[in-house]
Amino acid sequence: MQKPDLSVEIAGITLRNPVMTASGTFGYGEEFSEYVNLEAIGAIITKGLSLKPKAGNPTPRIVETTGGMLNAIGLQNVGIDAFVEKKVPFLRTVATPVIVNFFGNTLEEYAELAERLDLIPEVAAVEINISCPNVKHGGIVFGTDPKAAYSVVKAVREATIKPVIVKLSPNVTDIVEMAWACADAEADALSLINTLTGMAIDLDKRRPILANVTGGLSGPAVKPIALRMVWQVARAVKIPVIGIGGIMTGIDALEFMLAGATAVQVGTANFLDPGAAGRIAAEMERYLADNGIADVKEMIGALEV
Amino acid sequence: MQFKAMIISNHEVSPGYFRMRMSAPPELADARPGQFIMVRVRDAIDPLLRRPFGIFDVGTVASEFSGCGPQTYVEMLYKVVGKGTETLSTYHHGDHVDLLAPLGTGFDLGDPDEEKILVGGGIGIAPLYYLAKKLVERSRVRFFLGGRTRDDILCVTEFERLGVETYVATDDGTLGDRGFVTDVMERHIRGAAGKRTIYACGPMPMLQAVAGIAERTGVPCQVSLEAYMACGMGACLGCVVKGKEHSDESPDYRCVCKDGPVFAFDQLKWV
Ligand SMILES: Cc1cc2nc3c(=O)[nH]c(=O)nc-3n(C[C@H](O)[C@H](O)[C@H](O)COP(=O)(O)OP(=O)(O)OC[C@H]3O[C@@H](n4cnc5c(N)ncnc54)[C@H](O)[C@@H]3O)c2cc1C
Ligand SMILES: Cc1cc2nc3c(=O)[nH]c(=O)nc-3n(C[C@H](O)[C@H](O)[C@H](O)COP(=O)(O)O)c2cc1C
Ligand code: FES
Repeated sequence: MQKPDLSVEIAGITLRNPVMTASGTFGYGEEFSEYVNLEAIGAIITKGLSLKPKAGNPTPRIVETTGGMLNAIGLQNVGIDAFVEKKVPFLRTVATPVIVNFFGNTLEEYAELAERLDLIPEVAAVEINISCPNVKHGGIVFGTDPKAAYSVVKAVREATIKPVIVKLSPNVTDIVEMAWACADAEADALSLINTLTGMAIDLDKRRPILANVTGGLSGPAVKPIALRMVWQVARAVKIPVIGIGGIMTGIDALEFMLAGATAVQVGTANFLDPGAAGRIAAEMERYLADNGIADVKEMIGALEV
Repeated sequence: MQFKAMIISNHEVSPGYFRMRMSAPPELADARPGQFIMVRVRDAIDPLLRRPFGIFDVGTVASEFSGCGPQTYVEMLYKVVGKGTETLSTYHHGDHVDLLAPLGTGFDLGDPDEEKILVGGGIGIAPLYYLAKKLVERSRVRFFLGGRTRDDILCVTEFERLGVETYVATDDGTLGDRGFVTDVMERHIRGAAGKRTIYACGPMPMLQAVAGIAERTGVPCQVSLEAYMACGMGACLGCVVKGKEHSDESPDYRCVCKDGPVFAFDQLKWV
């Protein structure tokens, strides 16, 4: 049998395989280049970017929990100027699509960043992170209010001609409502999930372990929740969905595709296995070959309920 | 580098402390003192993250298996504190672990004419042995080691065998002087003539005391820090510490894994 076709298309970008690296877990690509063949990955998604450099939270910022980890990095990043000057030149040398994850504090900041990113040819698409608090709009969180989500996606849509992916927060009562709002605002694709708010406690000290008290849970512990949300959203919208949450193996990735995902992102797994993304793609290929499936696209949404 | 290492030996050197030797590719023989390794404890999700350990020693020996050629090894000295280190302590010759190494920057070996002062607290001596091994080739080395009690004072003979003058202090006086190792160290360098550099690794309060002494006496000092780590390669930003320019308005965070774990003490903010 011929090698299975692993390529997929998201928002007009063709990926050689459906496995991307999740924002914040793969730096700016360069950090991992010694350990991984970056050209074996579907796409690289860079650390969440803001207009100005951002400091992040006090330490400790990470702690391991059962089957997962909590992080409260606080979106530390170099800012767009340093990104253009110091990170883009490396990314230019890699023959893999680069997707930039970004966030702002206000609608205007989101739009301004989108405009700046629009001018960078190396950026194949943008991924809007709407899981951070909005200071200007009286404490509304873009990621939990469908109206606010609609307006931010709309603002970005108008500021760039690049494909717009919106990354959804799972910390909502109704994820489908959020997905609809983003689709209505003409997002090209949705990615989900970001981390779930969690907490870890040191019994002896009677204190939270993270300096920020709470943090975002990721890793295998979140996979069932992520699968459920991907399944709900993929049935409800027409645009492609990218599945994220606890993916460690090719089997995990294919489960997300059955649930309706067109592609997946791998996060925490990069920390234990720097070559995780490429390995997962290879494992998917092997499963398809072993089961006589010629094209990975046959798996998308093929779940029987 | 990422590689599968075979455990050559793993034994308890003092209650709760183990020394583990693992096979390594020949390139690892070039690791610098102060660099570290990340160990994937099991090929499973519990424990999930890799665990960081200093390089206690590296070297090359003629293989015990005929025809295999010389074998490079890497050693770590570790304290059992939780589930990762507990699992490691059960491993035997022939078991395998996955390693990332060598990571981080390492110590600056400095000027050979200077005297080198090493200060280690508890398991903090781990990266200092390989450092001492390199330094004694060129310089006079004195080593001050401290611990809570005699069981926490490890590998003194190994250091002495290198030709290092060692001084021991314990909190409870069960071995060496009673009191803080930093006090003993300060007494010895006070008034002594000549140039020197301090190298320190241990618990934060000890490092703070050492930094204070370095500041007061104007002696250059390098410290090796610990932090919770996820990636070990500068990508997750989980392991940062405050650099000397740090303020709330203009933050200056440095990655322990990539910019360190060794820092010149005056590059950090000691609050
Ligand atoms: C650069 C570096 C070098 C290190 N070198 C050595 C070494 O040579 N020998 C050695 O014994 N230990 C060393 N450590 C500490 C070692 O990494 C931790 O003791 C180990 O990760 C604990 O794993 P665990 O699963 O047994 O503990 P866990 O079950 O994860 O935690 C148990 C306890 O250990 C503490 N702990 C967990 N992770 C760390 C950490 N990264 N740093 C400090 N404390 C931690 C926690 O506070 C907790 O109370 C080093 C750490 C760093 C960052
Ligand atoms: C250390 C860390 C940093 C992260 N930073 C970002 C970020 O900057 N922007 C973002 O949208 N998501 C960020 N995430 C979320 C991940 O991209 C991903 O959605 C989440 O970790 C779930 O996937 P996983 O279980 O495979 O890790 C971060 C996650 C971790 C663990
Ligand atoms: S451990 Fe990830 S940046 Fe240092």
